[in-house]
Amino acid sequence: MTVDLTQFHEAFFEESFEALDSMETALLKLDIGSPDTELINTIFRVAHSIKGGSATFGFSEIASFTHSLETLLDELRSGGMAVTVALSDVLLKSVDVLRAMLRAVQAKQPIDSQRVSDLQFDLEVAIAKKGEVAAAPAGVAENGAVPPAVPDGGAVSRGACGFADGSQGDPDIPSERSPRESARPRWRLHFHPYRELLARGNDPLRMLRELAALGELEVRVDAQMLPPLADVNPQDCYLAWTLELAGEVTEEAIRQVFEWAEGDCDLKIERLGGEEEAFPAPRTEPTLPTPAASAPVPTGAATTSTPGQAAAHPAPSSGPPAAPVPVRADAPAKSEASVSVLGDSGSIRVSVEKIDELMNTVGELVITQAMLSQLGSHFDGADAEKLRAGLAQLERNMRELQESVMRVRMLPISFVFSRFPRMVRDLAQRLGKQIELKLTGEQTELDKTVLEKIGDPLVHLVRNCIDHGIEPPDARTSAGKSAEGTVHLDACHRGGNIAVEVSDDGGGLDKERILAKARARGLVGPNDTLTDAEIYELIFVPGFSTADKTTDLSGRGVGMDVVRRNVKELGGKVEVSSEPGRGSRFTITLPLTLAIVDGQSVAVGTETYIVPLISIVESMQLKASAVTRLSGRSEVLSFRGDYLPIVRLHEIFGVEPRSRALHEGLVVVAEGEGRRVGLFVDDLLGQQQVVIKSLEANYGHIEGVSGATILGDGSVALILDVPGLIRAASMRAAA
Amino acid sequence: MSTNAVERHQGSGTGAHQVLTFVLGNETYGVDILRVQEIRGWSAVTKIPHAPAHVLGVLNLRGSIVPIVDLRMRFALERVEYTAVTVIIVMSVKTPAGSRDFGVVVDGVSDVVDVNSAEVKPAPELGSRSATDHIRGLVSVAERMVVLLDIDRLIGRDLALSAGADGEEELAASAA
Repeated sequence: MTVDLTQFHEAFFEESFEALDSMETALLKLDIGSPDTELINTIFRVAHSIKGGSATFGFSEIASFTHSLETLLDELRSGGMAVTVALSDVLLKSVDVLRAMLRAVQAKQPIDSQRVSDLQFDLEVAIAKKGEVAAAPAGVAENGAVPPAVPDGGAVSRGACGFADGSQGDPDIPSERSPRESARPRWRLHFHPYRELLARGNDPLRMLRELAALGELEVRVDAQMLPPLADVNPQDCYLAWTLELAGEVTEEAIRQVFEWAEGDCDLKIERLGGEEEAFPAPRTEPTLPTPAASAPVPTGAATTSTPGQAAAHPAPSSGPPAAPVPVRADAPAKSEASVSVLGDSGSIRVSVEKIDELMNTVGELVITQAMLSQLGSHFDGADAEKLRAGLAQLERNMRELQESVMRVRMLPISFVFSRFPRMVRDLAQRLGKQIELKLTGEQTELDKTVLEKIGDPLVHLVRNCIDHGIEPPDARTSAGKSAEGTVHLDACHRGGNIAVEVSDDGGGLDKERILAKARARGLVGPNDTLTDAEIYELIFVPGFSTADKTTDLSGRGVGMDVVRRNVKELGGKVEVSSEPGRGSRFTITLPLTLAIVDGQSVAVGTETYIVPLISIVESMQLKASAVTRLSGRSEVLSFRGDYLPIVRLHEIFGVEPRSRALHEGLVVVAEGEGRRVGLFVDDLLGQQQVVIKSLEANYGHIEGVSGATILGDGSVALILDVPGLIRAASMRAAA
Repeated sequence: MSTNAVERHQGSGTGAHQVLTFVLGNETYGVDILRVQEIRGWSAVTKIPHAPAHVLGVLNLRGSIVPIVDLRMRFALERVEYTAVTVIIVMSVKTPAGSRDFGVVVDGVSDVVDVNSAEVKPAPELGSRSATDHIRGLVSVAERMVVLLDIDRLIGRDLALSAGADGEEELAASAA
């Protein structure tokens, strides 16, 4: 009997991806010099189980690769080898490669065997050398990927080889276009990345591939800027491209491809219309000195960064310096963006606790149902009371069930945060900065859909912090700060929202520079004076960047408008604060569309409102003496040595209260965005967890209200947005 | 039947479509039946602040929060007490932001009638355009005049108002 193994594939992939995540985490924790044996065991187990699984399912390439990996890890485990930086780099790259292989197999696409065999070779070399990780030049020659035009194959970083080998060796794209094609709209794009493009985590190849998916793409690469090999920095991007795209494509769609690279490149998009227009004559041949045989030999493991980056680098081996060569953009994936996007996984992991809760609720539901049907079988008028009780119980069970199901959709934000340690490590290494990443509030739960969409904006913000926020170590020390910079990611429920904060202790935003640039662009009049907040707001203007074209690192304008747009699509907002020399802080506030919040119900007149418990400082009854009237109008309450404005909820919401006398009601001291106010309400009702329902879905946003919830009796109660209320109240006071 | 109605409706202009008629004071109004989600009895609503006066509040409709509009107030008719026979018609309205559900409070639901598009007469121009532009037309059913409402225009604008104001503000802020 044959068993259809394919049914287990999905589970294998999922488990493997998870295992790889834990392997990555373990690798990042691994101390150079004195490795923790338990961590090594963890890593070993991952490799071993992936090897076993892939062999079972017949994924021989994965099995063979993990076998090499396992052999290396075994050496580590037995203490035959020491953990070095180079070695942990190789291991981290193995994680990337394994992930790429698994993804390829999952998507039933061919595995990038070049990349795999390169790395496998590195692994074997590492095993052979037992510690001295160095890629022998012979290894490069052996893989046969070096174009004969480059005499010294050893001078080529091998990740780059893969690029040269795969992407440009396909001159089979006709450079002449057929007349039929020329009738369609054509776009010409001049894409000139700045050198730091790669360091920002952007991958030009990925963009080209995306373009190729939009229409027919013709690519010409301009290698003029390639320096002599000895000067090539594998971290920099030296290439520029001229692209022609044919097909029904909107400019918007093209811009979207480049949206994350905005500010990292010069991009010119021309519409060629339907008429035929030839490529500009090939540029004059750039003179590229032949790589000297004495050029330093970059060792595969020690110098290249993640394969994803390295593969995208301009390969010095791109052969004889020739006229721009048409490059096939749809060449098989040679690299994967170093920042993996949290995919739209069709399944989620749910803690057993939540499942148990569901089971319990369903159990109660069954009991209630049994009770009701028994009651219904011989019902007479006297049982009305029992019926009512039974129905009430049913309602409660249903509500609990609903809540439990909702909670199943909630995942801790650590799912998103977990990608950052690796990213920060890689970027810091590449930029020569020392950075500590602090993660807090990882257990904050938010809805799965929100979670999936917040990843990219966060990656962008973190990248910005590392790139521009944190200064190089020497600049930090001379500024009297510790050489190691800190990037802090924090998440919490705040005022009915989820706030995710990305902050750094770097140099802060350069106000003068932003302002100067905005004036130059005519966004701000020459004599306008702006508040700090208004200046920071400028970085969100689409296309705004303080980048000076070539050498200077760009300012914080990079794609910030995209960040804001993505967050806005989720119904949230992004805020900036910054202090020169002390760092900056980006706060993403997201509404809890499906989230659950702990709330305090308060009564105002006949209405019930929910105040999120997290924003309540204290509730109290007022003595008439504690209240002072300022200039006859605004009321101020003395609270622990502070004076807080009193906000009468009934006034804000236009409700008739039970009493207008302050001493007859209660005051809830609430805090939002660092400000405190006293909310005047009639009464406190009780604390409960409430499921947040959107008001926006059918109605719209209401100032001071973050959403609504359904109370036990089926009626609707509004959930207060304390920061919004404070804003609304101060606007009223000012009016 | 309903698919036929859809087809006929989609071939807009000619042919018949079904209309749900309801009473408001002395008048009979009609809305396209395909827009009607459900009809339910009156229950107390939760007031929402800063809403136009005729938006009474919101109601829990099987887990989603639905705004309720009083058509009497919308049409500046005399208000009446809500009783156990007061009816809420829940409809879906198309707005630029997508489809939204809302309920209207009416005096009572009358009937479902077939209306031939050819028989629909345009509403007479009465002074200002805004007074009549939410009326799709007038039609005579069994000797009675039925006012056909364009709910997208009638309600969509209210909803857009509440949702749009905020968006514009933010736009202005980001442009600054």
